[in-house]
Amino acid sequence: MENIKKLILNTVPNAVIEEKQKLTVTVEPNQLHLLAKTLRDNAALPMDTLVYLIGMDWGEKLGVNYLLCSSNDLSKEVVLKTGTADRENPLLYSVTDLFETAHYNEREVYALLGIRFINNPDMRKFFLNADWNGYPLRKDYDANPELNPLSLESKDIIDIAPRITETADGKLVEDTVNIFESDDYIINIGPQHPSTHGVMHFRTALDGEIVKKIDVHSGYIHRGIEKLSESLTYPQILHFTDRLDYLSANINRHGLCMCVEKAGEIEVPERAQYIRTIMDELNRIDSHCLAWACQTNDLGATTAFIYGMREREVILDIFEKTCGGRLIINQNVVGGVMFDIYNEFQKDVKAFIPYMRNKLVEYDRFFSHNVIALGRMVSIGNLSKEDAISYAVTGPAGRGSGWSCDIRKHIPYALYDKVEFKEIIRTEGDSYARYLNRLDEIEQSLHIIEQLIDNIPAGDICAKVKPIIRLPEGEYYSRVEACRGEFGVFIESRGDKTPYRLKFRSPSMALVSAMPLICKDEKISDFIGIGGSMDYVIPDIDR
Amino acid sequence: MLLNYSQPLEISNLTTWLDTTLRSSLPEFWVLLIEFVLVAVVLLAAYAVIALILIYAERKITAFFQARYGPNRVGKWGLLQSVADMIKILLKEIIKINRSDRFLFFTAPFFMIVASMGTFGAIAFGKGLHAIDFNIGVLYVTAVSSLGIIGVLLAGWSSNNKYSMIGAMRSGAQFVSYELSAGFALMTIVVLAGTMQFSTMIEGQRYCWNLFNGHISSIIAFVIYLISGHAETNRGPFDLPEAESELTAGYHTEYSGLQFGFFYLAEYLNMFIIAAIATTVFLGGYMPIQVHGWESFNGIMDFIPSYVWFFGKTAVLIFLSLWVRWSFPRLRIDQLLNLEWKYLLPINLVNIIFMVILVLTGLTLTDLFPGLF
Repeated sequence: MENIKKLILNTVPNAVIEEKQKLTVTVEPNQLHLLAKTLRDNAALPMDTLVYLIGMDWGEKLGVNYLLCSSNDLSKEVVLKTGTADRENPLLYSVTDLFETAHYNEREVYALLGIRFINNPDMRKFFLNADWNGYPLRKDYDANPELNPLSLESKDIIDIAPRITETADGKLVEDTVNIFESDDYIINIGPQHPSTHGVMHFRTALDGEIVKKIDVHSGYIHRGIEKLSESLTYPQILHFTDRLDYLSANINRHGLCMCVEKAGEIEVPERAQYIRTIMDELNRIDSHCLAWACQTNDLGATTAFIYGMREREVILDIFEKTCGGRLIINQNVVGGVMFDIYNEFQKDVKAFIPYMRNKLVEYDRFFSHNVIALGRMVSIGNLSKEDAISYAVTGPAGRGSGWSCDIRKHIPYALYDKVEFKEIIRTEGDSYARYLNRLDEIEQSLHIIEQLIDNIPAGDICAKVKPIIRLPEGEYYSRVEACRGEFGVFIESRGDKTPYRLKFRSPSMALVSAMPLICKDEKISDFIGIGGSMDYVIPDIDR
Repeated sequence: MLLNYSQPLEISNLTTWLDTTLRSSLPEFWVLLIEFVLVAVVLLAAYAVIALILIYAERKITAFFQARYGPNRVGKWGLLQSVADMIKILLKEIIKINRSDRFLFFTAPFFMIVASMGTFGAIAFGKGLHAIDFNIGVLYVTAVSSLGIIGVLLAGWSSNNKYSMIGAMRSGAQFVSYELSAGFALMTIVVLAGTMQFSTMIEGQRYCWNLFNGHISSIIAFVIYLISGHAETNRGPFDLPEAESELTAGYHTEYSGLQFGFFYLAEYLNMFIIAAIATTVFLGGYMPIQVHGWESFNGIMDFIPSYVWFFGKTAVLIFLSLWVRWSFPRLRIDQLLNLEWKYLLPINLVNIIFMVILVLTGLTLTDLFPGLF
């Protein structure tokens, strides 16, 4: 990391470097692009993954917080910050040409904080309509409903995107681009469509059966969780995490708990760590079963869908017996877990492990080698490793493209450094690799549970935590491996009982942002199949 | 006369009796008129009843495959479920779509239902249970059943819905392609049987089904016919026109109430018709299993009424079709067309020539072992 520091100072001599939790570098807006590019192209330790891009309202300044890490070693992190004091027309430089994942994130920042990015090819608001008044995440936002009345009028979607580009001689030019050509045959896949896995809207230009271009519209179920969180205490925010990616509810919650525990220096009892890890892995199996089921359903195999649901039911029953919840189990709290395991828990889980192994063989025989299924998955929806990194596609999908991106291995948390498991990596990058990755990860999760289930130590399940938690001033980020990839929680605290800014890094958003790339020139039926193999969950995007 | 007593359960006994009674008291014209009306009513009723039974059977069998119960609330074992569904569909509002071609929109379901109805009439359900026995039965069935595609295309086009349109276009490509294979597979057997008339064809299979008679060639034709017949009914791995995961419901997305019911009914009946034709052409139709020389065995087999044989064989084929449908994922349109044009059709063309050679050189089973088959 010392080399990185030198490199930064060589590139931008007036950068302000702070050694906080992470190496934090503050630069002027016009230097950011150069710095990011240098860091990314650094051969020794390429900082080529943009983990998050967070729009911030620091009061005196509006700005953006970037976390870069190396795709070779996710634990090597650099935080970049830049900001502008202009609140009327804030302009920053885009890094979309360096990290594709920045594209949608910058559009999100524009919608929620009003910062526009120079050189971003498509500067429409993400999540919000173009005519929304005000920028919700600014501290001076006026939430008066009269400013944004509920409209009952049907609005046409305008496929024209504004953008700002900088010419070679440094002048800024504002113009517009048409998303589609005038004679394109456009169909709306979503927002009400059985196979978008939620309220997602893909405007798709077709050439016969072939997908020419996809334009993603999102925000139909955006709930403003990040804004809501700014006025709630940390224990109150917990339940929001379950409602992001509801299929990895427990893991998301684990992420937020970890972040608060790390910041508040709360020691989690050993027993709670065991319970958390086991529950996380059960949750992962549950989610992968459902993902498998949905993917097969997207390919037209209804029976396989039901089989996946059947196995999932056993896990849900275990959840229900533990804490009453099935999908959203409210198990993790700051400092530990809310409910202890029940008496028969170990017995049930141990019965489940061979049962699930048996079913994995059945899945394999029933679907994995079916000639039609192979025809619909092999070499379809290819995502190269470079693209996976650029789009920050993590989870089974990223590992299907040959990118080792398992947080459990790179930045172990809970008990993941004590158990033995393999990180499943395939290099094909197609739908089939993602499909097989999930099935293999189920096996690995079973293996992890096997090692833990008999050794749960006795003791407390929850540390003593004050009802109102005040985190010390600072920025905190914790990363967990959710079922769909890296889930992150960013908290900026100013010492209050509520966060100053809270942001969830959503794995599904990265998955969706890669869809236009990997679905181009595929057939429309494969578009659905690829969507199934990416397995995104929409509430995770519409936070 | 002896045959009559040995087959007391045959419905043809009843029809013959009815015919003689009517003729003894009424002039020819009235007899025919009454019989025409009766036949029509019986066929229509059978059409609806078979569809209801099929829907119930499919739901139960699917449930069995999928580790579920299936309908089990309406009536004992859910037996009345399809009846309840039918009543619901009859009562539902027929929704009129803005900016659609109203006339074509309403006509489309009728094309579907008429096509399947027309084919249904030409099927031999049992000895004497055969509404019309053309001397070109096979040709007629192939021709009329392909009319249904007009309904699908019209429905897709007139709905003013892009999803429906894509569904209809897929359907068009699929129907036209697989129609060829199905037709050729049937023609292969026509070469073997030497007739296009269903009744003669069935009679010719008394001791040896066409499936075995033409051995290799027949089996190839049978498999191809099952695949392409399956594809023609838009079911199973071939349900692209209504691929619900991508096109919501394909060409019939915009239909509701009775009109949707027509499509629904036609789909199930087409499945039955394909199975029925396969039974008739390949599996000896309503003929019981008969073996040369085993007189008492033949007598017992003969005692089971012919319609039981027919429906039994058809049911086996339908079960096969359900099994395939609920096991396989869906093909993509280009894979579907590849399968037809690159594999099935060439194989079929070679197969038909092979069959001609078999027949001409006397290599069919009946020629090789005249005493046995």
